[in-house]
Amino acid sequence: MAHTVASPDSGKDVEFYVRPGAHDDGHGHDADGGTMLGFWLYLMSDCLIFAVLFATHAVVGRSYAAGPSPADLFDLKLILISTFMLLFSSITYGFAMLEMEKNRLRPTIVWLAVTFFFGACFLGLELYEFSHLIHEGATPQRSAFLSSFFTLVGTHGLHVTVGMVWMIVLGVQLWQRGLIAENKRRLLCLSMFWHFLDVVWIGVFSFVYLMGVLP
Amino acid sequence: MSATSETSHGAEHHPGGESHGSLRGYVIGFLASVVLTVIPFWLVMADVTGNSLVTALLIMELGVAQILVHMYYFLHMNSSSQGGWTLMALIFTVVLVLITLIGSMWVMHHLNTLMMPMSADHMRHVP
Repeated sequence: MAHTVASPDSGKDVEFYVRPGAHDDGHGHDADGGTMLGFWLYLMSDCLIFAVLFATHAVVGRSYAAGPSPADLFDLKLILISTFMLLFSSITYGFAMLEMEKNRLRPTIVWLAVTFFFGACFLGLELYEFSHLIHEGATPQRSAFLSSFFTLVGTHGLHVTVGMVWMIVLGVQLWQRGLIAENKRRLLCLSMFWHFLDVVWIGVFSFVYLMGVLP
Repeated sequence: MSATSETSHGAEHHPGGESHGSLRGYVIGFLASVVLTVIPFWLVMADVTGNSLVTALLIMELGVAQILVHMYYFLHMNSSSQGGWTLMALIFTVVLVLITLIGSMWVMHHLNTLMMPMSADHMRHVP
């Protein structure tokens, strides 16, 4: 009630509260205001979500309830292609970061768009696989294996979707404001997020798909 | 990584000890990832070893190797970024992940082993 905050600098230009170097205490460790460390901690907590889903799949991944097994369902060629889509998107994002380092706006946006394209290919292949499975009657409610499979792979796909939405938003912000310090910070965060998703996918294709189809 | 990137764009841009990589680093990481992706798919699709356990162990080792490659070349993990706190958080998370995974599998395996055998008729009447 007493906090009727009309902040003193509300009339000023747009300012984002994390300013690079604002908290530099001479040690030089938190020159970015600790955003990178904070985002890394978020990623680690996300890692725990995936760990729980992986653990669930490890426990029930072979409980088929007399339904289809991974060897019946999975098309490894398709998974190899989507793995490469994600790998391509990782390196193209790396190229975007290198262009950002050189302060070149247009190539940064172009590489971001290429990354988005490969991410969309990955997501399209995943949705195609899901619809194919459901069409064959391998729905999440068919067996414990399929429940945990759809939850784990679907959660990863949801993360990729969110990353792609972020890419669009960041592309617009880059287009409007250019390579300002705030946008560079956002590009760095999205970079960590995107590469992290690729790391999780390594676990998914190794553990769920490849080890799943082994007899 | 640190040696090449320190010289290429100077330490003053990255006081936190972070580097955003170099073209060389990304290409090396990408090529290593391609190799480490193709080998496990080849092992499974061509059924090279003929032994599930051996193949599974190889897949896991190659997966861990590729995760390390990604961490180093794409995520630029090193002991000096953010004063070592990112690495500390990572190690802590890896410990938690291992406890979650191994613990779940261990407990549930023993649960399955120690369960009373159930006939198919019993199974049908389970709520």
